[in-house]
Amino acid sequence: MLTTILFYVFSAVLVGAALGVVLSRNPVHAALCLVLAFFNSAALWLLLEAEFLGIVLVLVYVGAVMVLFLFVVMMLDINVAQLREGFTRYAPLGAMVALLMIGEIVYAVWFRQLGVNLAGSAPALAPGSNTAALGELLYSKYMLPSELASVVLLVAIVAAIVLTLRRRPNLKQQDINAQVAVRSIDRVRIMKVDSVTRS
Amino acid sequence: MTAVSTSYLHDLTLSLPEVFLLGATLVVLFVDLFISQAHRQLTYLLSLLTLVGTVVLLVAVPEGRHVGFAGMYVTDGFARLIKLMTAGTVAAAFLYSRDYLIKRGLFKGEYFVLALFATLGIFVMASAGNLLTMYLGIELLALSQYALVAFDRDSPIAAESAMKYFVLGAIASGVLLYGISIIYGVTGTFDLSMLAQRLDAHALTQVGLLFGLAFVMAGVAFKFGAVPFHMWIPDVYHGAPTPVTLFLGAAPKLAYFALSFRVLAEGLGSMAGAWQGMLMVLAVLSIAVGNVVAVSQTNLKRMLAYSTISNVGFILLGFLTATPFGYRAALLYTITYVLMALGSFAMIILLSRKGFEADRIDDFKGLAQRSPWFAWMMLFFMVGTAGVPPFAGFFAKLYVIQALVEVGFTWLAVVAVLFSVVGAFYYLRVVKAMFFDAPADDAPIGGAFSFKVLLSLNGLAVLALGLFNTPLVELVAKALR
Amino acid sequence: MNTLIHWWNLLGADGQHLVVMTAQIVAVMMSVIVSVAMMTYAERKVIGFIQVRIGPNQVRIFGLPFLKGLAQPFADVIKLLLKEVIVPAESDKFLFLLAPLIALVPALATWAVVPFSPDFVLAKLDAGLLYILALTSLGVYGIILAGWAANSKYALLGAMRSAAQIVAYEIAMGFALVGVLMAAGSLNLTEIVRAQSHGYASYVYPWQAAGFLSWNWFWLFPLMVVYFIAGIAETNRAPFDVAEGESEIVAGFHVEYSGATFATLFALPEYANMILVATLASVLFLGGWQSPFEGYLAADLPLASPSFLWLFLKILCFLFCFLWFRATFPRYRYDQIMRLGWKVFIPITLIWIGVECVMVWFKVGPWARVL
Repeated sequence: MLTTILFYVFSAVLVGAALGVVLSRNPVHAALCLVLAFFNSAALWLLLEAEFLGIVLVLVYVGAVMVLFLFVVMMLDINVAQLREGFTRYAPLGAMVALLMIGEIVYAVWFRQLGVNLAGSAPALAPGSNTAALGELLYSKYMLPSELASVVLLVAIVAAIVLTLRRRPNLKQQDINAQVAVRSIDRVRIMKVDSVTRS
Repeated sequence: MTAVSTSYLHDLTLSLPEVFLLGATLVVLFVDLFISQAHRQLTYLLSLLTLVGTVVLLVAVPEGRHVGFAGMYVTDGFARLIKLMTAGTVAAAFLYSRDYLIKRGLFKGEYFVLALFATLGIFVMASAGNLLTMYLGIELLALSQYALVAFDRDSPIAAESAMKYFVLGAIASGVLLYGISIIYGVTGTFDLSMLAQRLDAHALTQVGLLFGLAFVMAGVAFKFGAVPFHMWIPDVYHGAPTPVTLFLGAAPKLAYFALSFRVLAEGLGSMAGAWQGMLMVLAVLSIAVGNVVAVSQTNLKRMLAYSTISNVGFILLGFLTATPFGYRAALLYTITYVLMALGSFAMIILLSRKGFEADRIDDFKGLAQRSPWFAWMMLFFMVGTAGVPPFAGFFAKLYVIQALVEVGFTWLAVVAVLFSVVGAFYYLRVVKAMFFDAPADDAPIGGAFSFKVLLSLNGLAVLALGLFNTPLVELVAKALR
Repeated sequence: MNTLIHWWNLLGADGQHLVVMTAQIVAVMMSVIVSVAMMTYAERKVIGFIQVRIGPNQVRIFGLPFLKGLAQPFADVIKLLLKEVIVPAESDKFLFLLAPLIALVPALATWAVVPFSPDFVLAKLDAGLLYILALTSLGVYGIILAGWAANSKYALLGAMRSAAQIVAYEIAMGFALVGVLMAAGSLNLTEIVRAQSHGYASYVYPWQAAGFLSWNWFWLFPLMVVYFIAGIAETNRAPFDVAEGESEIVAGFHVEYSGATFATLFALPEYANMILVATLASVLFLGGWQSPFEGYLAADLPLASPSFLWLFLKILCFLFCFLWFRATFPRYRYDQIMRLGWKVFIPITLIWIGVECVMVWFKVGPWARVL
């Protein structure tokens, strides 16, 4: 009972936040709505007792990805109103696509409920920590995909560095080793100055 | 414990080419970090060596169909052929691109590393036994491609086309994933062979599955660049540095053929009735739009891009018959097309020099007087792609049409032939420019010795595979038994 | 008394549980808040001592003649709460007021999984370590939003610096925690503390079954150092306080805040996070509630038995280091902070994780027992 109520509360906030992402005039507000949406999906996962997935969603998306996102959005100072010019021209088409997608989801779900189920019922949750269960699956059955995912990430890193790292020839940089290796002889010169007496 | 380790050992032996390719790519990445620009040739040589080693290991993989990594990885004749062709194509692309890159200050290790990662992505796709691995392979290939297109950072047009490619590609990936998730929702499995088992007689009546299939089709069509998902192709082909265009135009086509074969023919084979119709629309539109729009192009790279679109239409035509013969014809067509695309783009590289891109048709004017031999080579590529006998392209088209007629799609065959005739016009325009126009400039033809030898071999192969096409046909037949 | 028991019984099992939990949560929160107050006092006293000053010595508790100055933080709190809250005219008012709350919540919510003694912890979460990582990564939102909503250049600059810094150090921190996780084989903090009592050093010192040598710091020393320094950076404390940088950007992200919003945005979360980092360092690397003399002294002696007091002492040591560093080190420059985070700490943690893998493989040290 409580779970059902919580589910509807979280889902309602999630849908509201998702709408906020799209409808918000201010890009920072939109990004924050996205954060809220992530939080609520994490909460939904927690309700399903998938605490690992829920927490990792918060950790990765809210804690890291969205921070960088906000970072960029705040620096760019985008004027959404300007970007939206001409938006209404394509709105009917967009609405059509959206309706189509909704129809599909409803259809797919509807089929499941009609009893035409090629999948069979989902296996029951194993007792105990599902973090351990996930770990075991990742390193046995899903070893190849998880390794491949790491290669994809590596390519992303290489690509990001190739596209952004630019060696400028005239850049003034600090050479820390040289700084540390400096000795007083290199910098201080002791001069003998004759003392002069003024009359 | 021991049972687990022996099974991993088995999996690793099966996937030895991929493991070697990944390891060697990482070595190249690391070595490249520590050498100076003067020794950059080492990266190039190591990259070629990597491909050679991969080919050796590929030949050593046991024959027949083997499954590893809990069904995630499949190796069979088809995978081996695709991988061998890919390795060869990428090696040729490396040879073709070296001089161009050096002349423009783009000779950086990352070009080779990214291309090798893309090769790995193609390998993964060719061997995917599961929608998950397939998707990861697609992303591996796609990410490397986005970065390669934007590789020349001083060129605004390259950055623009990379941006377009990236945004559209990301949407396409999303669409593909959405389709995959619907299919998973209905069938409860990602495994392609399991999928084939679960979808037998009732599959076509499942509306949910049809929707999932439609989204997967849209994703596949985007990757191939079939109309109406073709918008990115001309811009990306035009904007990217020519060696990158050469790479994009060749090896990934093999990968996308593997994608459609594994997912549509193997996984969703029992839904052929559904995807045939979709492919028919895509194929006819591609052939029509590609050939008609190509006629009005003055830029050779854009013209070749539209020619790609029309050729993709032909590949899909062969595929949509859903018969073993049709698959073979489509694979044969893909391989011959890749061979000719490599040569055509290599010709642009050959004629271009520092500060001058020979990417307009006018730049080919009077080539016959400047270098008769390479004018003939270009003639081979153009006429071969147009499908004139006795070149390889003719037989490839012939097999596709034969496959169509065999299953009763005669009208499709007629449409294909008609548009091919339209297409012949713009290929012949290049030939006319080369042989009957006066040269616009008389700069000597550059190019290293190895480049010229490879290009000549490439051109002669287009002729030879037309004259003696039995070995290739047998190879393809063996792969798709 | 009997009526009380009657009402208690009326609540039923669920109700009783709820009341007990609420009481526990309130108790922990109050302790944290009082500790924060005491911490501000200690900071001024300790830094005063280091700089040969006296520090606060005027405000007394009810005018008592001893413990002069101890009531200073309470006087400060009252002052801050009574001051006017000024909301800049051109600011994003909603976010401007929301930011302090967003900063406060993670700083307090993290305490839910901290084990204070062998049998007292608010939530026995299996993924406790991940929970902590997730929540500490949220603290940055308060700072970013405060900096942006204020619509001030200084505030925005401070927020950007802070965000970049926290993201950079979070990675090193996470890797350090991965090392702990490998040593304990569990994400549950209580389990992590328990695992440290089983004679980790027994491989080197066979006679040594427990005590301070068996704690994680022995095998994970580099990770402990990285974790603690990254913790200092994450809490924006000196010498990593470029986000405030009063000499360059006035006061960074909280320049526009005043009164109660200043207290909740800046003082409370910062000090609560400091105490949290100290507590986690003690729990993860110094055996939490365990006694350092366990195994050396007779087991029934109070000195050798585990208790909250040991944890308290360990926390105090770490907190003293926070103050010590602030009084000793000059502020890092921004690029130096980035360099330290990305180019020094992350490689160190990665290498040490590799070393741990080797130790696991050859069953050295703690892993002689585990596997």
